[in-house]
Amino acid sequence: MAKVVVDVSLKAEILDPQGQAIAAALPRLGFAAITSVRQGKSFEIDFEGPATPERLAEIEKAASLLLANPVIENFSVRVVE
Amino acid sequence: MKVGVVTFPGSLDDRDAQRALRIAGATPFSLWHADTDLKKVDAVVLPGGFSYGDYLRCGAIARFAPIMETIITRANDGMPLLGICNGFQILCESHLLPGALVRNQELHFLCRDQRISIKNNETSWTRGYRANQEIVIPLKNGEGSFQCDDTVLEMLENENRIVARYVGRNPNGSRNKIAGITNERGNIVGLMPHPEHAVEELTGPGTDGLPFFTSLLMQAVNA
Repeated sequence: MAKVVVDVSLKAEILDPQGQAIAAALPRLGFAAITSVRQGKSFEIDFEGPATPERLAEIEKAASLLLANPVIENFSVRVVE
Repeated sequence: MKVGVVTFPGSLDDRDAQRALRIAGATPFSLWHADTDLKKVDAVVLPGGFSYGDYLRCGAIARFAPIMETIITRANDGMPLLGICNGFQILCESHLLPGALVRNQELHFLCRDQRISIKNNETSWTRGYRANQEIVIPLKNGEGSFQCDDTVLEMLENENRIVARYVGRNPNGSRNKIAGITNERGNIVGLMPHPEHAVEELTGPGTDGLPFFTSLLMQAVNA
């Protein structure tokens, strides 16, 4: 069994009010050096068999079709085990 | 005129949309997300709510509901299609309309009567308004901020595809105060505020929303 992770992040030009709210909270907790936070999400995906190039191409397709909205988000796929 | 209103799991405003269509003089018809047949309707409304619990992204899962395939094909052929609030989010996720709707700038869920200005009164859903007519209809959403890149924004502006803009303070950080947009042909409209909640004096801020639904019938008569 293999595990891959799809990381999804908002494109740089898209407003991220959640990230801004987190960035505003951190200095109040003493993390003074933090100037900016962008919030994203990650998907851990398990599947049968090894992480072949074909399988990874399938995951890429699933990511661009459903997991991420390419209009506002970027994504990357990495194999973790 | 028979107008379908789709109910997804988590839709909230499907009954209100049906009621608005009835008051406008159309014949509303309930469509189920798991069907593929549009039952000979002449137009479709995608109502507001929280389809599939807003999981993943608002509208992202509803976009792949069985009925959406048929709706996408028919809308591309010219069938009038209106998406309100969550329906607008579904239209963007389906790529029937450009851009996307993200979390309101100040993170609050907004629920208020909102003044908007009708900027394009040539679509299937807005021809009953005067250009630049200001109306007041309810706005209620958490993720209503319209975002797109500069190229798309310029295209929308140049092609007169902005259907409505917020008047006064920008409530949610939408680019260029966009409250609604249309496709090139003008048959598909996505709108964040809710005209279906403003069709009777008793239950809304007025009846300013009614022309969205009577516009559709004007087209049927003229066709």
